[in-house]
Amino acid sequence: MSILVGEQTRLCVAGITGREGSFHTLNNRAYGTNVVSGVTPGKGGQELEGIPVFNTFAEAVAQTNPNTAMIFVPARFAADSILEAAAAGIELIVAITEGIPAHDELRVVATLRERYPGTRLIGPNCPGVLSPGKANVGIIPAAVFEPGGVGVVSRSGTLTYQIGKELVSNGFGCSTIVGIGGDPVPGSNFVEILELFAQDDETELIVMAGEIGGSAEEEAALFIEQHLSKPVVAYIAGFTAPEGKTMGHAGAIVSGSAGTAQAKAEALESHGVAVARTPAQVAELAAARLAKAR
Amino acid sequence: MDLLEHQGKELFRRHGLAVSEGAVANNVEEAVAAGRQLGYPVVVKAQVLTGGRGKAGGVKLAGNEQELRDHAARILGLEIRGHRVKKLWIERASEIASEYYAAVLLDRSARAPLVMFSSEGGVEIEEVARRHPEKLARRHINYLAGLGEEEAVQIARAGQAAEDVIDGVAKALCSLYEVFCEEDATLAEINPLIVTPEREVRALDAKVTLDDNARFRHPDHEAYANLDLIDPLERRAKEEGVQYVQLDGDIGILGNGAGLVMSTLDVVAQAGGRPANFLDAGGGANAEKIRQATELILSNPAVKAVLFNIFGGITRCDEVAKGLIEAFSALNPTLPFVVRLDGTNAEEGRRLLAEANLPGVHPASGMEEAAKLVVALAGGQEVKG
Repeated sequence: MSILVGEQTRLCVAGITGREGSFHTLNNRAYGTNVVSGVTPGKGGQELEGIPVFNTFAEAVAQTNPNTAMIFVPARFAADSILEAAAAGIELIVAITEGIPAHDELRVVATLRERYPGTRLIGPNCPGVLSPGKANVGIIPAAVFEPGGVGVVSRSGTLTYQIGKELVSNGFGCSTIVGIGGDPVPGSNFVEILELFAQDDETELIVMAGEIGGSAEEEAALFIEQHLSKPVVAYIAGFTAPEGKTMGHAGAIVSGSAGTAQAKAEALESHGVAVARTPAQVAELAAARLAKAR
Repeated sequence: MDLLEHQGKELFRRHGLAVSEGAVANNVEEAVAAGRQLGYPVVVKAQVLTGGRGKAGGVKLAGNEQELRDHAARILGLEIRGHRVKKLWIERASEIASEYYAAVLLDRSARAPLVMFSSEGGVEIEEVARRHPEKLARRHINYLAGLGEEEAVQIARAGQAAEDVIDGVAKALCSLYEVFCEEDATLAEINPLIVTPEREVRALDAKVTLDDNARFRHPDHEAYANLDLIDPLERRAKEEGVQYVQLDGDIGILGNGAGLVMSTLDVVAQAGGRPANFLDAGGGANAEKIRQATELILSNPAVKAVLFNIFGGITRCDEVAKGLIEAFSALNPTLPFVVRLDGTNAEEGRRLLAEANLPGVHPASGMEEAAKLVVALAGGQEVKG
């Protein structure tokens, strides 16, 4: 097993003819992901190295039956592209695009809730989802990771690669790596991904990498204590972040005394979750927790 | 992007919220001219991008021209939480019967807008929540349906507004919600929302944060950028398209990806160092951007050593190396650099740096090793490399 993406994935890429879109589509396919089609309005009928391109998701679905969409279109058009994929019946949408207006994200989340409750959105502003050895949907450098039993869920891209490297150098592989993104209105939050890992046979331990801003880590802490029997190791970035400054990600901001790394680490620890102080310590704690669980 | 009070009020007025008459003043003479036009008494209010103005003496009532002169002269040049006051808002004083609180914000947990209203205003909302939770109404709004008048009336009642101003408060909440949606705000807050003796409901303050990602839809918001009030280095970074936040230490930091850069700051702090900045060069930064970012870090005179921590995904380490080499040939820096390259094209990047043999550049293979090394170098230790 693994979660979200794997051998069953049939991928359709919105923005497939763009520079970034085409590069990463081919990268994903080279890794073994089954890329069945792409969508770029006005470019229907073209091909990208044998991958057919359609004008709309509806046509792509009718012709190629994808179950997963990846969104690579520019920020100002991304919300409509996500909703178009949902309307065409695609169940999993991975939105890589950075810089989507927060109100567009509110509209997307509200529309999915009301009209397409069966559709799951990952991102936006995320590196995607990788199930090592099976499928890669997004921009995660797959070479960093190995297949194995650690599920990773993270708000940050490059930090996840750093953690992946520490895991591999300590002999750990991963079931699936999920980047949920750094925006204030994520399509999926920690709890939703933790639920999926909880049900995945292959996942023995979960690593959760959070950062300052919001309260998603605190909510996850409560969920872990109440519902999760698998061991969890957390890491939080931003202990040195000053109040009131956005640290790169739109969602990474300490407002007053809310959203600090300290508060998140304390919440997690008070609910029995081990919190690493450095990326290297994530692997050390993972080893300790697994030894205990076994 | 945070707005000044008078800018927020301009948006409020545009959406039908009552605000007091006033004028901006950049100096004492402009303040006096505003006072003459408005008629006394007036309130002199510092316009700064931070809270706590009242406690810092940045808000004063002036009953006549002499008082206005005195207050304006004293408040201009005041420093409030590190922000020097360069601008005043002179406003006709209001008679106040009651002080309420109203806000619309983006609730990240619920992933929906949250409307808050309380008949206890004028103090911090956290204090109201603690002392009078029964008087604080909180309601999530269905983004697709919006805030209707009936729902606004319910919120006004739940927050215990006086019966004769329920409609006035509901109307203010609807206008505030309109500001939130139509101006692409992530926060629109009024504290206090006052009721006058004539039972008019009016915004006496305005705290508005606009979403930078939505600026393409609002060319008129460019006027609110307050470039003269933000740190010059942060301003330059914005123009160059990198994420830069000035900190108070002496170790310059450059990385790719917000989470990794935050983590780098933390690891440097744990090694006993003090970061001078947060700088996220972003995904896929090319040599040109790395050169610019290096120059930006070096233009902070407090910097004694620099750490590059790159984990290439879509960023290529060879481009980072080329950017650093270009920065060296342009600036000839004499500070020590520690460079850690990993991920995409890391070997090529390390090879380029080794060949260039830049003075004072130390390669490091791991993140923690790099952090310890740069802390030692910033402390003036000699390190072979």
